[in-house]
Amino acid sequence: MNPEKVVFGFFIVLALTLNFGFFVGDIHNPDHHHVYELFAVVVVNVVATILKFGDRTQMGAVLLATSLVAVLQLFAAAFVWAFAVHISGTGLTPVVTASIVSLSGGAMLANVISVVLLVIETVMLRR
Amino acid sequence: MENIIFLIFRRMRQPLLTLTMTYAIAVLGLVLIPGQDADGNPWHMDFFHAFYFVSYTATTIGFGEIPYPFTGAQRMWVIFSLYATVIVWIYSIGTLLALIQDKTFQEAITEGRFARRIRHMREPFYIVCGYGETGSALVHALTERNQNVVVIDIDPSRVSVLQLENLRQYVPGLHGDAARPVHLLEAGLEHPLCRGIVAVTNFNEVNLKIAITSKLLNAPVKVICRADSHEVEANMASFGTNYIIDPFDTFAKHLATALQSPGLHLLHRWLTGIRYQPLSNPIYPPNKGLWIVCGYGRFGKAIHKRLRDEGIDTVIVEATPDETGLIEAGLPEEQWVLGWGTEAVTLEEAGIGNAVGLVAGTDNDSNNLSIIMTAKELNPNLFVIARQNNDDNEGLFNAIDADIVMHPSSIIANKIRVLLGTPLLYEFVSLAMYETDGWACELVSRVSAIVHDQVPEVWEISIDEQNAYAVNEMVLKGGKVTLAHLLTDPQQRDKRIEAIPLLRLTEGSRELLPAEDDSLKRGDRLLMCGRLSSRYRMEWTLQNEHALSYILTGQNKPRGWVWQLLSKKKTNGASGTA
Repeated sequence: MNPEKVVFGFFIVLALTLNFGFFVGDIHNPDHHHVYELFAVVVVNVVATILKFGDRTQMGAVLLATSLVAVLQLFAAAFVWAFAVHISGTGLTPVVTASIVSLSGGAMLANVISVVLLVIETVMLRR
Repeated sequence: MENIIFLIFRRMRQPLLTLTMTYAIAVLGLVLIPGQDADGNPWHMDFFHAFYFVSYTATTIGFGEIPYPFTGAQRMWVIFSLYATVIVWIYSIGTLLALIQDKTFQEAITEGRFARRIRHMREPFYIVCGYGETGSALVHALTERNQNVVVIDIDPSRVSVLQLENLRQYVPGLHGDAARPVHLLEAGLEHPLCRGIVAVTNFNEVNLKIAITSKLLNAPVKVICRADSHEVEANMASFGTNYIIDPFDTFAKHLATALQSPGLHLLHRWLTGIRYQPLSNPIYPPNKGLWIVCGYGRFGKAIHKRLRDEGIDTVIVEATPDETGLIEAGLPEEQWVLGWGTEAVTLEEAGIGNAVGLVAGTDNDSNNLSIIMTAKELNPNLFVIARQNNDDNEGLFNAIDADIVMHPSSIIANKIRVLLGTPLLYEFVSLAMYETDGWACELVSRVSAIVHDQVPEVWEISIDEQNAYAVNEMVLKGGKVTLAHLLTDPQQRDKRIEAIPLLRLTEGSRELLPAEDDSLKRGDRLLMCGRLSSRYRMEWTLQNEHALSYILTGQNKPRGWVWQLLSKKKTNGASGTA
């Protein structure tokens, strides 16, 4: 067992599960999507991205790319949140909530691809 | 190159992860710990403000407690997170900066930039390996003629010298070992516009490796190499290196030419001179009498052989006859003397009193200078050939007043410049070797009548669409354009351009000093010599059809279609009335 692989797999799967947790619920209902969850999703995704740095294989490159997409989407979601609550002062209206959640939905898609790639790699290695 | 980028990324993992985790913990703590607003109501900080607060405390900016003064619990957490984040911040940023300043990383970046620049080259270029004395002289000469050059050198200081030099063209330089194929590829060996590769490093083996690499990876490319020994020369020739230049043989050949026909030698020097140089005077090395050759190294051997071939008596002065192969050469006793040649005794033993020529050809500049000074005291009428090994001693060799100074670097640079710039001149010179001295002297006087005091400009003309549009079109239409037409002034038809056609290459045959009334064909190549202004004037005739038609017919053709219509009417009307 390679401890590096454990940590790596842990963070990639955690990124997806947390992302899913934030995503489920009514898309425009702010009560179903908590800001703490978004925070956790952002942090775990950034960590997962950094863990993918420096992998020279083709698989590593695609994994890094999907992670970068996810992080970008989540940063956009966090920015929309901060803008709505603190800058424009509109608060979490259904419109704003829907756009935050859909952005995180996009990130989740990228995370799904990450996990699928991880599974494929594991299956192909057979060790 | 790629390895290093990945390595940098991998090494960035740890600092970035630590930074992310510390920030996350600090932010989360601030959000979870309850505070109080201005009215004493319980209040929770939100993520946005928590991140803002941590960002400015971690970077030690510190704007204070916002939006409300902190409670004791919050302050305790801030004390913890402040120390943690500041330390982690300094550690991470420090590591990242150190990585960016890493020497291998920096080199990888410059190398990548260089390779990218070469890939985007849009004009033909030459690769010069080795930017020493020869390389820099060559790069100067090539850029003066508006040719693009790429330089590789193993010594970083020489590459920086290249960057400081005020060259006419931008010359990308790579610090790298030219013996490694990867560096040659980065310099554009396989680039479709790479015209040639010149190997003039100080090491024979490196030059050999460059030649092999170039011929294997890009066989059609022109390879020009410097070779200092006959074995390496033969090795290079065996796999088709295009030109191999041995400075000593080249010089010895020039000397033989000067001995046989000084006129031809002078002509050669004028035609191969560097632009704006003053015309040099002819030299007459004595071809009867005794020559003393000091030093039987590569240079001495080459000179000695040529002198013997001319039937000239020689005496060799050599200090280490075993090492240089003088014993094995089996020369008779009276033809060589043991010694350095720097002392009067040795020179007198060699017969300096009744000698006519002296060659100071050791590989040590101080010895060469000393030999010449001693010899001139003993016999002031000597014809002196000095070998200069080091560029820095140029002033000394100018001061010693030798008749010919042989400088290997400039000989190689000059020859390569001619090979790359005007290959036809190379052919011209080899054809001219078969002509008499009288022929050469006549040509010399014709050239000097045209150019007065500066070396003539030598240029090539190809009759094709790109280089001679107007002439090419005219020949395609079936018109007759002769060399005499090209030599007509496009501003005044009755005047002649001051230029001499030296060579014409037509359908595989070569014509020295071609006849002027033969008509030109497409694909012809001509070698011209004359003034620089003549060259520009001739360009008009070659490229501009109005200039050409004026020369052919003496009339200025109307250009726009309105005037063409009008002039047609006029000529029709005129013919009608007649």
